[in-house]
Amino acid sequence: MVPTSYYLVLSAVLFGLGVIAFVFKRNILTIFMSIELMLNAVNLAFVAFSRALGQLQGQVFVFFVIVVAAAEAAVGLAIVILIHRNRGTLNVENVNSLKD
Amino acid sequence: MPVLDYLWIIPLLPLLGAAINGIFGARWPKSATSAVALSSTTLVFLAALEGVREFLMLPANQIPWTKTYFTWISAGGFQSDFALSVDQLTVVMLLVVTGVGWLIHIYSTGYMHDDPGYRRFFAYLNLFMFFMLILILAANYLLMFVGWEGVGLCSYLLIGFFFLKQSATNAGNKAFWVNRIGDFGFILGLLLMFRTFGSLNFSTVLPRAAAMTADPAGQIGTLTAIALLLFVGAAGKSAQIPLYVWLPDAMEGPTPVSALIHAATMVTAGVYMLVRSHAIFLNAPAAMQAVGVIGCATALFAATIGLVQTDIKKVLAYSTVSQLGYMFLACGVGAFGAGIFHLMTHAFFKGLLFLAAGSVIHAMGGEQDMRKMGGLRQKIPVTFWTMFMATLAIAGAPGFSGFFSKDEILNEAQRVSPVLWGLGVLTAGLTAFYMFRLLFLTFFGKQRYDEHHVHVHESPKNMTVPLIVLAILSVCGGWMAAPQLVGGINHFQQFLAPVLSTGTEPATTAAESTGGNEILQALTGAPVIAGLIGFLLAWWLYIKSPGTPKKIAASFSALYKLLSGKYFIDELYLAVIVRPLVWISDKILWHVVDEGAIDGAVNGVAHVSSEAGDRLRRASTGNIRSYATWIVLGVVVFTSLLLWMVD
Repeated sequence: MVPTSYYLVLSAVLFGLGVIAFVFKRNILTIFMSIELMLNAVNLAFVAFSRALGQLQGQVFVFFVIVVAAAEAAVGLAIVILIHRNRGTLNVENVNSLKD
Repeated sequence: MPVLDYLWIIPLLPLLGAAINGIFGARWPKSATSAVALSSTTLVFLAALEGVREFLMLPANQIPWTKTYFTWISAGGFQSDFALSVDQLTVVMLLVVTGVGWLIHIYSTGYMHDDPGYRRFFAYLNLFMFFMLILILAANYLLMFVGWEGVGLCSYLLIGFFFLKQSATNAGNKAFWVNRIGDFGFILGLLLMFRTFGSLNFSTVLPRAAAMTADPAGQIGTLTAIALLLFVGAAGKSAQIPLYVWLPDAMEGPTPVSALIHAATMVTAGVYMLVRSHAIFLNAPAAMQAVGVIGCATALFAATIGLVQTDIKKVLAYSTVSQLGYMFLACGVGAFGAGIFHLMTHAFFKGLLFLAAGSVIHAMGGEQDMRKMGGLRQKIPVTFWTMFMATLAIAGAPGFSGFFSKDEILNEAQRVSPVLWGLGVLTAGLTAFYMFRLLFLTFFGKQRYDEHHVHVHESPKNMTVPLIVLAILSVCGGWMAAPQLVGGINHFQQFLAPVLSTGTEPATTAAESTGGNEILQALTGAPVIAGLIGFLLAWWLYIKSPGTPKKIAASFSALYKLLSGKYFIDELYLAVIVRPLVWISDKILWHVVDEGAIDGAVNGVAHVSSEAGDRLRRASTGNIRSYATWIVLGVVVFTSLLLWMVD
């Protein structure tokens, strides 16, 4: 049996990659995907703990996260499409009209 | 016992009248307004009569008859109920207030007939009746204070009734402010009373005060302090030195208001309150002395001003101040019953004098200056004869009501202090002089008005009938005390005796000890002689040789100026109190404290937040990646904080 720590390390690595991409990438779509990556990293941690502790709450929570992520994907992609239509670009450096 | 069991109905009736007229009466014709106002006062008078009939059948152990309706305030150790109570003192006040109030309401339907503010006037007048009844029916000082403030409010509203006139609004404000000073003293007195006795109920406070040992004469103990503070309140409401200045100005209100509020009822509330609290005063000799001296001083002081006034209502106003001084003199010498007796007779004859003066003003088409009247005797006979009766009553002509009450007060004063008695007698002479001066200037001599401009006419029935009823009362109102003259019982004193048990004992003993030639003594007594001299002097100066007053005024011009300038007290107050107060308010409180400190603090807070907002605004760069960085950093910081705390 694979030890729990392996899963947790993998989850941490995936989460870290997500964070780095979230901060450094300029394309909104990529940023969006990095958020999904972080969510799934967390899901992995949940499932790992659920198995290690022999309790079901962790798995239940994963379903909630998946549902929320699906809803978020629907809304988020709609926003991304709208930004692309209005500005003709997906570069966040150019989407800064909130300033002043 | 329908009325005593439902005592609340007495104050409620005029309140209903005020509410109906005030809220719904806007589009009603005048007849409907007067129907509402008159029926409420008529019903309350009938209810009072029935209540008194029931009261007289009560066994002595049920007096005072108290009805507690609900707990009004309950806070910590303090409790005050909404409770009404009736005893002999209340009965006298109740009959005076509802009876005279009713007559004046009838009179007002004639006097105010052509006034555009007809409905407003009657709404206020009914509201006044409500508060006055609360004042006299209250079973504790706090509820009494509610009525006290309420009548003050109505007084303010009615003085400023012609609010388009600057002088009327000023007079209303003056009355309100001067009364604030008095009421402040009253409140302090109540607080001290609560601290001392733990209650404000008459039934608790007064027996405890009576049981306390008296403060030593000339020293200020707790009881003396309470008594003096209550007297400050009474001096404000009842226009005594130094707070009398508002009452003469209050004549700006319509004349029926002057009659009801500023002569017959409200201004006597101070006397009522003092008599109600007589148990406190009797144990505070220093306060009693102060009351007597101030009362006597006010009586004399106001009478001298009244000598030279030319406005018919101003003469009566100063006369009211002077007569109130008599009542306080009576309280000060311990003759509380005599004070209430004079209060009652004064309500009759002074109410009548004001109403008759109103009738004269009505006949003259609004003229109030007596120098422009004269010779009205045949033109308005009913007014003349009723006013003549009232003048005889106030001057203390033997047999008239004022004779009995004034005589009693001066008798009591004589036993306490010859000086007070002497000044009182002097005042009686001055009273007779200025009242007959008024009568002669108005009704006798040459007519000094232009007949083509003024159409002199007798007033309508609804004005003359109240005059006649009050004239009968002015004549007969004192006869209850008459048997005393032949060595019998003073029925009025005897009636009040259960309330004033300690206060009236000397009166009865005095009546018993002298006996014998009482009638002769009273008829030839100093007050009557003084009154006669006053009358003769007035007759000589204003009928026999009408040119003399001017000569006298010219030869004593300094004195004349002092008197006609009302001793320049208003100017003194203006210079010493009002102007400095306005200066401090303007230069210090407004420009320094308000604009500097308060506005500065408020604006400072606003400035700091706007500055801080401006700095923080720069953090919003609009760059999504920097926001993302901040989020991540925040999460890292809080997570490590959490981990650190768990460890």
